[in-house]
Amino acid sequence: MTPAAAAIDVKGLSKSFGSTTALDGLDLSVATGEVHGFLGPNGSGKSTTIRVLLGLLRADAGQVRLLGGDPWRDAVSLHRRLAYVPGDVSLWPTLTGGEVISLMGRLRGGLDTRRRDDLINRFELDPRKKARTYSKGNRQKVAIIAALASPVELLILDEPTSGLDPLMESVFADCIRTEREHGRTVLLSSHILSEVEQLCDRVSIIRAGARVESGTLAQLRHLTRTSINAEVAVLPAALAGTPGVHDLVVEGSRVRFDVDDAKLDSALAVLMAAGIRTLSASPPTLEELFLRHYGGTESGAETGSSSTPMTTTNR
Amino acid sequence: MTTISRTAGRQRLAGLSTVLRLDLRRERIPLTVWVLSLTGTVVSSVAAIAGLYPTELDRVHLAASIAANPSFLALTGPVTATSVGGVTAWRVGVIGGLAVGLMSIFTVVRRTRADEESGRAELLASGVMGRDTPLTAALLLAWAASIIIGLLGALGAIGNGQPVAGSLAMGAALAGPGLVFAAVAAVCSQIFDSARTATGTAGTVLAAAFALRAAGDLWSGGGSLTWLSPLGWPEKVQAFGGNRWPVLLLFVAATTAVTAAAVVLLHRRDVGLGLFAARLGSADNPRLGSCLALAVRLHRGSWIGWAAGFAGLGLLTGSLATTAGSLLSDNPRIQQLMQDLGGPGTLAGELLAAMGAIGALVAGAYAVSAALRARTEESAGRAESVLSTAVSRRRWLGGHLLFSLLGSAMLLLIAGVCSGLVYGSAIGDLANGLGTGLAAMTVQIPAVLVTGAVTALLIGALPRLASAAWAVLGGSVLLGQLGPLLQLPQAVMDLSPYTHVPALPTSHVEWTPMIVLVLIAAVATALGVAAFQRRDVG
Repeated sequence: MTPAAAAIDVKGLSKSFGSTTALDGLDLSVATGEVHGFLGPNGSGKSTTIRVLLGLLRADAGQVRLLGGDPWRDAVSLHRRLAYVPGDVSLWPTLTGGEVISLMGRLRGGLDTRRRDDLINRFELDPRKKARTYSKGNRQKVAIIAALASPVELLILDEPTSGLDPLMESVFADCIRTEREHGRTVLLSSHILSEVEQLCDRVSIIRAGARVESGTLAQLRHLTRTSINAEVAVLPAALAGTPGVHDLVVEGSRVRFDVDDAKLDSALAVLMAAGIRTLSASPPTLEELFLRHYGGTESGAETGSSSTPMTTTNR
Repeated sequence: MTTISRTAGRQRLAGLSTVLRLDLRRERIPLTVWVLSLTGTVVSSVAAIAGLYPTELDRVHLAASIAANPSFLALTGPVTATSVGGVTAWRVGVIGGLAVGLMSIFTVVRRTRADEESGRAELLASGVMGRDTPLTAALLLAWAASIIIGLLGALGAIGNGQPVAGSLAMGAALAGPGLVFAAVAAVCSQIFDSARTATGTAGTVLAAAFALRAAGDLWSGGGSLTWLSPLGWPEKVQAFGGNRWPVLLLFVAATTAVTAAAVVLLHRRDVGLGLFAARLGSADNPRLGSCLALAVRLHRGSWIGWAAGFAGLGLLTGSLATTAGSLLSDNPRIQQLMQDLGGPGTLAGELLAAMGAIGALVAGAYAVSAALRARTEESAGRAESVLSTAVSRRRWLGGHLLFSLLGSAMLLLIAGVCSGLVYGSAIGDLANGLGTGLAAMTVQIPAVLVTGAVTALLIGALPRLASAAWAVLGGSVLLGQLGPLLQLPQAVMDLSPYTHVPALPTSHVEWTPMIVLVLIAAVATALGVAAFQRRDVG
């Protein structure tokens, strides 16, 4: 295995539970040393994919390679080289947070105690409290600290920031940037687009158990639009004709529209010329994005080949 | 004032009917199993006893031999009426009270503390729901189930031609412990912030009530100690004999008092918390560094509790066996019977063997519950955390099975040592007494291992049905306790692993069945672990 080889390489992965199909021919490739965003709405199969990667679930079909090994067969030896933060952290009620952090570290084969103490400080966790008394956010912190303090090659994080307050989210983001500088590979599953945009080198988007997009953020730029809400002095007639502007609504002196991020510049220039009084811009949520590109219903996902969404972009 | 307090009272119980329906929906399967199996037992016992002891003379003889047999006296209490109904009431009295008590404890803790622990109660509490509603709903459910069991049992007896008054008294005596122990479980659920501890503590109170009654019937001839135990009251009702209705007031009074205590405690604590504030623990624990250390940490507390209980069981067994050897009766006929039964030495041995059989079933309950802990860890998602580290599935499951198998064997060992020491020092031959007491308990280990191993097999192969292990154990209890009385065919009796262990010291040691049982346990465990390694986790 060369160092440049993929840390995670999944091809045609399928997994069903009874009559429910969770994964339907999923492809996923994560290069060593990159922070890879694994994006998808709730119930799209992110956690199932991660559980297969951890050897907790057995794949029905497809090829799965993790750190050069077979996650089902070589689970124990592979797990020495990775750390995992589950989406819904459940801790032993009678153990303290500190005990859980050390235990998980030792079970992975080692713990950097200096790093652990530093992380406990930064995340403002009281490690002497019993897990029973922790809030959801604090339980999440325990799992994050335990994972980040382990000297491993690969971090698998399943919606790690759910339950964290914005302050802690930014501490977490700083930590992930540090991990990238240290050359660790990170698979970051999320349903929050802005989080992924902030942290990830590349992104894979999954829907209904299959990958629909994959690439760098720049490559996916066509997917993202910004919602603009502005009050202007003069109504800009040119706005309706500006390329990349969608769903324009004019109410008196207020305008509301969505614009492709790639055309943000020209749209704002038109607004500037009209005299901006107030302006707010908000990034689209992932849900909006999916509604726009892949249709809002489950059936819309069946056209999940990578070319289909490209053609629907300019509808 | 009255309107205000009445409104406040209504608010405290707001949403009761909704929660009651939800609880009923969630408990319908366990409660149906409890009600059907218990009423089935009562009804089939009436028919069986009418067939086996058709004449009054048969039954008088049975009553006399029970009175002369310390082990029966300790385990089942005396026969208080010699009609068919009276013998039925005696036979289902203690085991029925224990079973209804367990049903109430499980139901109430599951629907109060366990729901709080999981956070489900909080979701409900945020809706239009009074503070007293969940506890009230759980108690009403357990009480209703107990009363239905009593009523159906009574109807079954009436349907089999038994007198109405006696049947109703028997049914009421069967329901009574269910009422009391539902209230006991309610108190335990307020005190402890963990469902496991609450169930364990309420179960300990139930076991203590059994021990109190056993000691009372043996030592004080059903005197003061028996009167102190809710499990002693059914025999005091004397169904089909005296039909002493006022005794039933004891159940009502005890239930009312204990329930009132639970409500007082409920109003003094916060939702989700226990009576005692959680203390801070250590920020690190260097000894907690392996999968085995984690298993030890998770099982330690409950095992120590069980071990204390088994030490108590051993001490009780040793004392009862000592008494059995010197039990004197004023009744010359009973004295004659005791001689016919083999004299004091044999009677002591019989008691040791009978208590060994009881100890084995209780140790079986530990084996099931310790193994199912693995399943709890799995469904709570904590297994996933551990198995995502460098811990193999075999080691993870092995840690829990170690407690199930080795832990339950150790429990019987502890009971055997305690019983042997008491008995040995009483008969003035410590070595001999210790050997006898120890053998009576430890001979049961292979059967207990099979119980734990079957649980392991279920966890591996049929994880969603793993709690059916309780039904397997319950079946063994029914076969062991009622099979001989109902004269079931040997092939049916043989389904229980506990049928195959020799009763020591009254029979000879037979190695073959014990070795076969150990082999079955080993194979079932291995298959369970292998199946667990092949299936999805979660």
